[in-house]
Amino acid sequence: MHQGAGSMKRIGVLGLQGAVQEHLDMLRQIGEIEACMVKYKADVENIDGLIIPGGESTAIGRLLSDFDLTVPLKARIENGMPVWGTCAGMILLARNISNDERRHLEVMDIEVMRNGYGRQLDSFKTTVDIPAVSAQKVPLVFIRAPYVVDISPQVEVLLSLDGHIVACRQKNMLATSFHPELTGDLSFHKYFADMI
Amino acid sequence: MTERYELNKNLAQMLKGGVIMDVVNAKEAEIAQKAGAVAVMALERVPSDIRKMGGVARMSDPKMIKEIQSAVSIPVMAKVRIGHFVEAQVLESLSIDYIDESEVLTPADEDFHIDKHTFKVPFVCGAKNLGEALRRIGEGASMIRTKGEAGTGNVVEAVRHMRTVTGEIRKVQSASRQELMTIAKEFGAPYDLVLYIHENGRLPVINFAAGGIATPSDAALMMQLGCDGVFVGSGIFKSSDPEKRARAIVKATTYFDDASIIAEVSEELGTAMDSIDVRELSGNSLYASRGW
Repeated sequence: MHQGAGSMKRIGVLGLQGAVQEHLDMLRQIGEIEACMVKYKADVENIDGLIIPGGESTAIGRLLSDFDLTVPLKARIENGMPVWGTCAGMILLARNISNDERRHLEVMDIEVMRNGYGRQLDSFKTTVDIPAVSAQKVPLVFIRAPYVVDISPQVEVLLSLDGHIVACRQKNMLATSFHPELTGDLSFHKYFADMI
Repeated sequence: MTERYELNKNLAQMLKGGVIMDVVNAKEAEIAQKAGAVAVMALERVPSDIRKMGGVARMSDPKMIKEIQSAVSIPVMAKVRIGHFVEAQVLESLSIDYIDESEVLTPADEDFHIDKHTFKVPFVCGAKNLGEALRRIGEGASMIRTKGEAGTGNVVEAVRHMRTVTGEIRKVQSASRQELMTIAKEFGAPYDLVLYIHENGRLPVINFAAGGIATPSDAALMMQLGCDGVFVGSGIFKSSDPEKRARAIVKATTYFDDASIIAEVSEELGTAMDSIDVRELSGNSLYASRGW
């Protein structure tokens, strides 16, 4: 169960669709962490933290509800389990989505614009300073990325880029528009592991 | 390796574990998205209709593609004829998310594929074996799909091509380094990519299976054979209950190693598309033999 075997943190990656393996590979490069895939209700009870990877939010959201994962995941997050959504994961965590009627986990007080940056031709890479996360510059990859258009006072902005919020945190919840799992830079994975 | 090429490979990574569905209009695109498709392939006729109608199959009407783009939020792909770089320029001008240089359409050039490095938008290309996959990657494809035999509802060629690619990858991986140039010569593949396979034991891009997937079990079969996701062409909208079948194939692709879920979603799907025994096809009606 939580904080089970010794001091090893058990971090799950939601394994329904998308860049699942990439996150598992990154987590396994950090010491003292057991990384596992989360695909079934029973898996939800056996993790200390969860990463919701990039992919297609409509596809992942559909599978979450079809396989009865929405309710147990929501309950664990509301009870304080650390969660990190990257890209599609950010959309799944959001309480509001500006340009979509679908809602998914609805746990984080952010309003997100799906595909805010546009189509694949608008995908881009950049490098930034985020003192809260890393002393070094961090590479960021945005793929048909969403961004946050509104937040409640409980949400802390970690990074804004050209006027758009692209990384933010609300207590146990972290959301990023970009994909640290595609860069080889472990800063954000370490930051998340420290939240557990 | 350019940054744009990396970003284009990255988009394919986001599609992993998912189903890309052929659609011919905005309504089908919405059904596909609702069922959990990770992307749609916009085309005027699905492969089984291209087979029936014959003649020259070309890029779709840009207006239809735009309608589909505005109907869904998932990535929209579209096909161009092999070698038809102007059709590709047109699709790029529409900000398409992925171009499929596809043997399902009638080839425009029987000697040369498109130089995909000159485009900013990503390309997916078909392959029957490792050499063909590496030639396409050498030309700039940022995603591969094993060809199978489109429009047949028969998974046998998809299995053959997937097994061929993975078998050849194992061969390259276990070869000694001294043998690699001769392997590159035999495969007709760029040496640096053969070296990559030798060192990494996998393709440098994402590989989806295509061509003949008609049931949830077919999709799971291809996943268990090691592909990263599946394209379903005629298999969905030529079946008796497209919405139900689409949802079932999405679930079977995610839970490809869970037979009880595959059994559950396979119940009462109605009839599959009209299917063809591939052995009855020959010559130009074998789409997989187009391209080189």
